[in-house]
Amino acid sequence: MDEEDGAWLNFRRIFVLQTMFTEQEQNELSLLIKRYEKPQAALLPVLWRIQEKQGWIDQDGMQEAAKICGVPKSHVLGVVSFYTMFFEKPMGRHHVQVCTNVSCMIRGGEKIYDTMKECLGIGHLERTPDGLFSLEEVECMGACGGAPMIAVGERFFEKVTAEDAAAVVQQIRNTGTVPAPIETVQLPELTNL
Amino acid sequence: MKIILPDIPNLRDIDVYVKNGGYGATLLKAFSMRPEAVTDEVKKSGLRGRGGAAFPTGLKWTFMPKGSDRKKFLLINGDESEPGSFKDRQIFEFNPHQMIEGILLASYAMQVSHAYVYIRGEYAHWIRMVEKALADAYSRGFVGDRMRETFKPAGEGVPYSVDITVHKGAGAYIVGEESALMNSLEGERGYPRIKPPFPANFGLWGYPTTINNVETIANIPPIMQMGAEAYAKIGEPKHPGTLLLGVSGHVNRPGVYEVPSGTLLTDMIYNYAQGVPGNKKIKLVIPGGSSMPPLRGDSLEGVKMDAESLKAVGSSIGTGGIMVMDEDTDIVKVLQRISKFYWHESCGQCTPCREGTGWLHKILKRINAGEGSKADVELLEDVAKNIEGRTICALGEAAAWPVKFTVQRFPEEFAQKVSNEPHDQVKLNKVHALRAGGLEPVEIHVPLVVRK
Repeated sequence: MDEEDGAWLNFRRIFVLQTMFTEQEQNELSLLIKRYEKPQAALLPVLWRIQEKQGWIDQDGMQEAAKICGVPKSHVLGVVSFYTMFFEKPMGRHHVQVCTNVSCMIRGGEKIYDTMKECLGIGHLERTPDGLFSLEEVECMGACGGAPMIAVGERFFEKVTAEDAAAVVQQIRNTGTVPAPIETVQLPELTNL
Repeated sequence: MKIILPDIPNLRDIDVYVKNGGYGATLLKAFSMRPEAVTDEVKKSGLRGRGGAAFPTGLKWTFMPKGSDRKKFLLINGDESEPGSFKDRQIFEFNPHQMIEGILLASYAMQVSHAYVYIRGEYAHWIRMVEKALADAYSRGFVGDRMRETFKPAGEGVPYSVDITVHKGAGAYIVGEESALMNSLEGERGYPRIKPPFPANFGLWGYPTTINNVETIANIPPIMQMGAEAYAKIGEPKHPGTLLLGVSGHVNRPGVYEVPSGTLLTDMIYNYAQGVPGNKKIKLVIPGGSSMPPLRGDSLEGVKMDAESLKAVGSSIGTGGIMVMDEDTDIVKVLQRISKFYWHESCGQCTPCREGTGWLHKILKRINAGEGSKADVELLEDVAKNIEGRTICALGEAAAWPVKFTVQRFPEEFAQKVSNEPHDQVKLNKVHALRAGGLEPVEIHVPLVVRK
């Protein structure tokens, strides 16, 4: 955790009111909880909202989720640490995920991962000093037909080469936004027999 | 024949879906039958689950207690995390309303009060598509309390309404196991439960629950529309219907293809997926996602893609994710990667799986580093044997099977890694000519591609 984050946390702990959710969000949450038999079932959705707000789930976030869902904070920590998509430390604004599972691996996923490591200068679950990027070697993301693939945040990039992946990163560096892949159908050329 | 992903543009738009007969006659017909009659129809159709075990769906539904006043739940498994499997994503993207309609029919048949659709967190983009579809269906009165107005009961039907909630997962392969799925939805860690009690008696929050795969549930509207007899005639009689098969790995045109069950594996590879790049031969094919036993390249002839046919050749249909590997693939390295996956995804409840998956990975790593011996290969089989059947859930088998069967079926590959003695080469398949035009072409569904 860097200094800036620590300062913000302290500020919130001392000055900000008990909840991080606005009144409207609290109403939405209470409607959401009603869709389940027990408030505990809203734990994953609540944690998602917290992570969307601050990029990761800190101790205060866990405390808040515990209060909303009526479970001990220790249980929340157990859940947060179980699921790979919840972060217990700050991650980059753009979380780059590279799949190296079988379908991607045999089509060059590992090379893409190495390129990304070099390109970003960080390793698995690390963050660049400027806080712009973090990197993760992920397991199958369900895009085997588009292997090899990378994802930036929620956006999938399929059938990429190492150069494509580096270009995506470069474009984010230049423009600050994730390039939009266009929806298209791309048929590879047939091999002659 | 395409009944799950028909070639209709913009089908995920509710107007297009309704114009093509959605939320209409099929639902009215079902809602004018007794709920048990709907279950009987599904039973008669011979539909089998598409989530991996190929269990008869109608039979599963009959396990739910009938006529009791207890709440009941339906849980749709969209956690699709098996490497090689990417078919449910196509339903979320191209035909989410058919899934919702299937949920309405299944919920009516079992008189469920609330249905949940659990979708893996990595599919955030597709979750939004499903949520949009669901919101549209709610606003038209097709789902929720207003159903009673929209679909007035007739004949032997009973007044009925159901709510549907989409639930976003957070990244855990094990949650695809049905009891872990229930725990995850309840806000627990995704730990599988010991069975019995089975979900039909003690499921979500202790209430009777049925868990169905997304593709399974998307098959219900066509069954009710065309009738069980007509559906049962599609494809192989013992595993009828169309299957969404995802072809990935070393093929020219990877993607999801909807084909009648019983389609030849070689047709999938050489006709639909247009063969292997560089016209190479095939060394290995995993027919149903990475946890299923692999097939050798020289044993692909005449293999049909359906549960019974694949069982007969010593593999399994699984989730229908076909992974093709060409003659230059290092099988032991692939196996090491598969083992790493199961090691990473073991939930840690059962010692044989928690420890064994790590051992398998370490031994394979050693063999790949050139430091293995013949004894290591035997050790692999021994560890795999001691995981299988000794765990709460099937992740034990999922981790042990690929190792056990790869060692058995590719001894040459291991011999090459652990000794310098001369050894046999793995026999490869016979390359087929491409048969473009020989079968009806199937549209490829690859939604997001970077512009080159």
